[in-house]
Formats: sequence, C-alpha cells, structure tokens
Amino acid sequence: MAKTAALELKHITKTFGSVVANKDVSLTVNKGEILSILGENGSGKTTLMNMISGIYHPDEGQIFINGEEAVIASPHDAFDYKIGMIHQHFKLVNVFTATENIVLGLEEKGKFDLKAAEKRVRTICEQYGFELDPKKKIYTMAVSEKQTVEIVKVLYRGADILILDEPTAVLTPQETQKLFAVLRRMRDDGKAIIIITHKMHEVLSLSDRVAVLRKGEYIGTVKTAETTEAELTEMMVGQKISLNIERSEPVDPQPRLEVHHINCSNREGVKMLDDVTFTAYSGEILGVAGIAGSGQRELLEAIAGLQRLDDGAILYNNPKTGKSDSLRDKTPIQIHELGVRLSFVPEDRLGMGLVGNMDLIDNMMLRSYRRGKSFFLERNAPKTLAQDIVDRLAVVTPGVTTPVRRLSGGNVQKVLVGREIAASPTVLMAAYPVRGLDINSSYTIYNLLNEQKQKGVAVIFVGEDLDVLIELCDRIMVIGAGRITGIVDARTTTKEEIGLLMTKTTAEGSETP
Amino acid sequence: MTSKTMKKHREPWLVISKRDDLVWWKAWLIRVATILVGILVVGILSMTLTGGGFAKIYSTMFRGAFGRLLEGNLMMVWPFFQKTAILLCLSLAVAPAFRMKFWNCGAEGQALIGGLASMVCMMKLGGTVSEWLLVPIVIISSIAAGAVWGLVPAIFKAHYNTNETLFTLMMNYVATQLVLYYINISSGGSQVIQPVLTGALPVIGNQKYLLNILIVIVLTVAMFIYLKYSKHGYEIAVVGESHNTARYVGINVKTVMMRTMLISGALCGVAGMLLVAGTDHSINENTVGGQGFTAIMIAWLGQLNPFVMALMSALVIFLQLGTAKVANDAFISDALSGIAVGIVILMLVGCEFFIRYSVKIRRNRKEGKA
Repeated sequence: MAKTAALELKHITKTFGSVVANKDVSLTVNKGEILSILGENGSGKTTLMNMISGIYHPDEGQIFINGEEAVIASPHDAFDYKIGMIHQHFKLVNVFTATENIVLGLEEKGKFDLKAAEKRVRTICEQYGFELDPKKKIYTMAVSEKQTVEIVKVLYRGADILILDEPTAVLTPQETQKLFAVLRRMRDDGKAIIIITHKMHEVLSLSDRVAVLRKGEYIGTVKTAETTEAELTEMMVGQKISLNIERSEPVDPQPRLEVHHINCSNREGVKMLDDVTFTAYSGEILGVAGIAGSGQRELLEAIAGLQRLDDGAILYNNPKTGKSDSLRDKTPIQIHELGVRLSFVPEDRLGMGLVGNMDLIDNMMLRSYRRGKSFFLERNAPKTLAQDIVDRLAVVTPGVTTPVRRLSGGNVQKVLVGREIAASPTVLMAAYPVRGLDINSSYTIYNLLNEQKQKGVAVIFVGEDLDVLIELCDRIMVIGAGRITGIVDARTTTKEEIGLLMTKTTAEGSETP
Repeated sequence: MTSKTMKKHREPWLVISKRDDLVWWKAWLIRVATILVGILVVGILSMTLTGGGFAKIYSTMFRGAFGRLLEGNLMMVWPFFQKTAILLCLSLAVAPAFRMKFWNCGAEGQALIGGLASMVCMMKLGGTVSEWLLVPIVIISSIAAGAVWGLVPAIFKAHYNTNETLFTLMMNYVATQLVLYYINISSGGSQVIQPVLTGALPVIGNQKYLLNILIVIVLTVAMFIYLKYSKHGYEIAVVGESHNTARYVGINVKTVMMRTMLISGALCGVAGMLLVAGTDHSINENTVGGQGFTAIMIAWLGQLNPFVMALMSALVIFLQLGTAKVANDAFISDALSGIAVGIVILMLVGCEFFIRYSVKIRRNRKEGKA
C-alpha cells in the first residue's frame, strides 16, 4: 500500500530577531504513520509545530497538506485543515465536564445538543480505546484523564493530523503505555501523528520514523526499525558522547537530615504532605520520584523554611557541633544563622532561585548580600564568584553583567547550581535541575551533584526521568499524593517498581481528594 | 479529501518581532527624536488653535518657561526650576515604591498631608516656640505626616493583601478633605489662609526657590545611590522582581514593603513641606496641583533612574509653562497645557514599542516560489 503524504514541510525557515529557530526544515508525515520529532530543548521542535498549528507564520518555505499548498495564518486555519495540536499545558475549563470542554468553542449550526455530543464522545472513545467518562468534571480528573480529554477534543473536531507536544512528561510509565496503545490504534485508522519528545526509549518503542532537529536545523529522518539509540543521540547532539554516570558507593553515611511525620497544607487547605518521614544521609544522593505536583515542591520548601508545617519535625544533625537542631518553623535566615549550610536549587529557576532581570553579579549576591554591617552593598566578592562560576562551569554569556534572563536554560541552571554549591553546603536539595537542559548540560549537572556527594554532602535530588534517577541515585524515595509510598535501593530497583509506587496512593487518593 | 472545504487564507503582511536589546544610545536616540517630534506636534496644534506663526509659538513657549532669559533677565527662570524640583521630588518619592512594584498612586495626598502638617505647625506653634526650634518641628512633622500616609496602605497590603492602587488613591481624597476642613476652621470664614511666615524655611541669598532646588538636587543623588548601591535598594529590587525569590533568600517581604512606603511617603512629605514652608507659606487643596500624578509618569519615563527623571521633569514643566503662556496670550483655555503634556508623554510611551520590537513589512514571497 503506497503511503500518501498528509503533511509536507518544504524549506521552512523562521527567525526571531537574530535567533534562527528553524532553518530550512523539510519533512513529511504520511497518513497512517507516527513520526517522532526528536531534538534537544531549543532545537526548534515547538516552533516548528507552532507554525503547523497556526500560532506562528514561517518567514520562508511552504506547507503542503494532502498535496496542496496551505497558508496557516491562525489556529482557526489549522483547524480548517484538520490539524489538531495537543499542548503540553492543558487548556481546559475546570468546572466543566469532559464533554462540555470538548464542544467548547465549536461553532455548529442548529440547536446545541449536549446528549448528542456525549454520544459522539463515547463513540470516539470506543473506537480508539480511550477510558473517559464524558460527564466527569475536569477538576476531579487525574492528569492522564485531562490529557485524554485534550486528545478526544481534537478528534471530535475531525483532526486527521495530530501533534502531541511532549505528551508523556506528566504520565507514569503505565499511563504512557496506555497512551501509546491508543496512538497506535489511531495510526492504524489512517491518522498522521506527530509526537514531540526528547525521551529516546519512547521514540524507539512508538514511532515509525524519526526526524531529528539540532539547533533549528533539520538533520535527517530515519526509520525507527533501522536505527539505534546511539545513532539518534549522535544526530541529536552532533557528536558521540558517553552517557554513563559513575556512581560511587556512599562513604561513611551519617544521618544528616531527619524528617519526622511532617504534614502541611496549601493555601486552599488541601493536604500537600501527609505524614512524611525519611532520613537523608551524608555522602549519598537520595532521589525523589513521583508524578509532578505530588508534594515534591512542598517537601523541599518545608525543609528550606519556606513552607509552614501543620505537624511534625525536621532535625538537622550538625557535623561541626554534633548537635541536633530543629529547623521547623524557622525562616531561611534563622536556618542560616543556626550554621546549617543548606543549599536549595528550586524548580522555578527564574521565579525563585534567580532574578531574571539582574545580572550575574547581583544574582550571586542574593544569598550573601547581607554580609557585613555596612549599609552599602559589596560587589567585589560576588563579581569574583560570578567570574569563577562562568569559567569553571563554562557558562556561555557575554559577560558577568548580562541579565540572566538572556542566558539559555542550561546556562541559567549552571549559574544557579554554581552559586548554591559555592556556599559549600552540607545538604544540597535540587528540584528538577536538568529540566529543559540539553544532554551535555544535564551531564554537567549530574557530575556536579556526584562531586558534592563524594564531598560528603547529603544530596536530595527531585527528578522526573526515572532512567536517570535509577542510574544516579543511591536510594529513591517515591512520593505519591503527598505520601511516601516507598524508599527503594536504586541499585536493585526497576522502573516498573517505581512506576507502581508512584500510582499507589493516587488510586486511593482520588476517592478522597 | 478536505480540499473542497478548504478556504484560501491570506498571509499577514506585517511582521512584528521582538528585538534583541538595543544599544542604549540607539534607544535614547529614538526617545530624543520622539520628544522633538512631540514638541513639533504640540507646536502645530498650538498654531492651528491660536492662528499664530510657527516661530511665534515657539518663542512664546520659551518665554513661558524661561521668561526673558535671552534678554539677560534671570529672574523668571527660577519658577521653572522650582516647579521642576517639586515634580522631581515627588517622582523620586514614588520611584522606590515602583521599583518594588508597589503602585503608589498617593503621592498627591502624601504631599498634601505633609504640607498640611507644616501649615498646622506654623500657625499653631508660631509665636509660642522660638523660630530655631519651630523650623525643625515643621520639617519633622511634615515628613512624619507623609510617612504615615504612605505607611498605612503598605500595612494593609502587607497583612491583608489589599489593593494598594485603590488604597493610595482613596487616601488622596482623605488628605484633600482634611485640608479643606482645616481651611474652613482656621480661615475665619474667608476660605483663604493668609501667608504665615513663622516657621518658614530660611531663604538663601534672596532667592526664595534656591533652597528647595538645592534640597531636591541632594535628594536626587541620594536616591540614585540608595537604589543602586545600598542593601535596601537591592532588597527593593528583589521584592519587585519576585516575592518568591525574596522569600527564598530570606528577605522579609512585609518589612521591605512597609519600610519602602515609609520612605516614599516621607519624601512626598518633604515635597509638601517645601511647597508650604518653603514657598507658598499657605495651603489650599490645589497646593500640589496634580503634580503627584504627573510624578507617576515621570518616574516611568525616567525608567526609575533619578537623573533621567530630572530631565523628564524639566521637559514636562517646560511644556506645562510654555503652552500655558501660549494659551494665555491667545485667550484660549489653559487646557492646552494638559493636552500638550499628554501628547508628548503618549508619544514617548508609544516609542517604547519600537525600541522593544522591530516591525517589517513582509515582501511578497510568491515570486520566489520553489
């Protein structure tokens, strides 16, 4: 059976100011095919998809749909061409049901008939094997169900070309498998599917062909069956790199940070941490795995003195004095004054860890500007530190007086991690430190964490890539809906075991929100 | 299969894209050019309204602002600098609050209440305390009054997260009504307070405006240093950028908020004191004359840099005085001066768009079809 092209891009170029986001990209998606678009962050995947879905307009080049040249000037045009995009961030109305969200914004002639719409939603679900209750309200749904609503929404509108932007980022391994099964069924039904991802194993298990982008340029398309992980990585990064993390045995681990039965709630009174107890040891990396938003942030912020606890205790065993200090209900300054050398790389780099509009020097000062009795700031030491971090971690920046918002994600993270490590911590907490980073920068960060571990620091690493967690950490603590569902030995565990632990309380917890 | 339902879509012909940051002098070149064009537009408008010639309009404007400066008469230049100084003082006051992203729209009322404090002290304590003691009392009480007027909205914002814009605006009305009340009870029915000279600020030489101007120059330099080189200034900037970052590094957001508004209000109090104890020696509800609101624009146009704010204050005062004279000479409404300032400021705000974005017209791509 000869495959016909559903969507063809020819010589697409898009620039933003002096930044070339896409340069001369040509690729084809056939009907009844899953094409993966693989590339590191900043390689132009999302820009390319945004041009297909009408959010941007290409500077040069043409788009052909079913063999005819198409001009997609708005998302509405894309809809006319039967292109449906499923964004990473859901765009749903929380108080509406699944069906209401699906028909929202559709302009159909005649009387609005919710019953008929529900029936159509059911038909679509049966056809492709979605599990979805059309009457369920969005706010009672788990993340994976919300994603299902988004997918059904574009199918309901008759999309023949589906684009999914990193659909698995919020899913557990088990949910990912379910999603893939559905996508395969849609492919067999003749739909053209484009999936954007940077997870290698997903590319290999799901797609028919893989198109690789690197720094905005189109590198090539290969058949998945005829390629290997190593080849794809090389295409993606442009050079051969070894992806091994050296994991040493923890040396003389001592209990450094003890967390006893802590509970906390957010502003709305929803319980975010539920009876959390664990101990972080010096000289080890404790991984924290869990679906995004399961209480990871609250846990780290509670330790850092940014989150009020309802209950429980946090004890820090000071290696210098041998004393055990309570950190509960203390502000970050009070914790610092106790002599606790706690460094924290928060998830929100530019919204919490750094100030985007300030230059590198002023960002270095964030932690240390109070030093000295003077009314005025002292900028010499921070300047030396900034220069030192730029040199040592190879930060790409025009200079230390450049605002950090103008650096790329990887360089921003190097600045932040560099500053936190420069304080020679005894406890180092890092939340998603490699999110959005390219492979090389990611490994720089892993190595920095490893270095700290070898120096005897108690490292707490919140991650999302289970493969990395298993490779890097000594122990992995799994958190689900604010509860610790298990602490496993990273050297012996499997992804499946962690995946099951991740969902363990979500299943129970969904009944009592 | 879908080609039947497909519509033909047109391509957008304008391409607007974000620029990389412009070199600073290019950005300023755009701004200065905008100001010149703005003054030109104001000139053309004045011409059509008054029927005067082009050169006539501008010479009248110049005379309105600087008097007979070109003839060697320096006397009439002083009001220009005095008005600039007061406007600048109010802008300096709101600048730290704005850096903190605390929208203090209450400079008008904070200055007025400072002026009222001066007036009350001068009238009630004049004659009962010796002059060398009265002047410091006047100064301190006006600063304190302004500071309280600034602090109250900050306390509510910090503890109950009230909207500071509304709160500070409402405080303006309270201040105005208090002034009217005071005039009512102390003017003996005439509704005018006769100038009081006890407790007035000393006069340097025989220039009654000189002291005000010198004080504001000192404040300008001090504010520049405070914002850029002090730990306080740094904390203000961090709080303004992100409350989360501030919390993360252990800055007490509430404290910084209240401290900064205390300073903001105190500086407004200084402006009110300079007006009442320095020059007017009397008070009415229009003593600040809306400059507390103009100061908000000055602070933004000057991008919260005190020295640039000084230039912007001078520009606005030039326009206000110049076009008021044009209107006066032609016997038309002095609303012209408000219109003129509005035109130039709007254009200045608009030109920021061209500094941040580049606009290109898309050339026809069809000819290069592959």
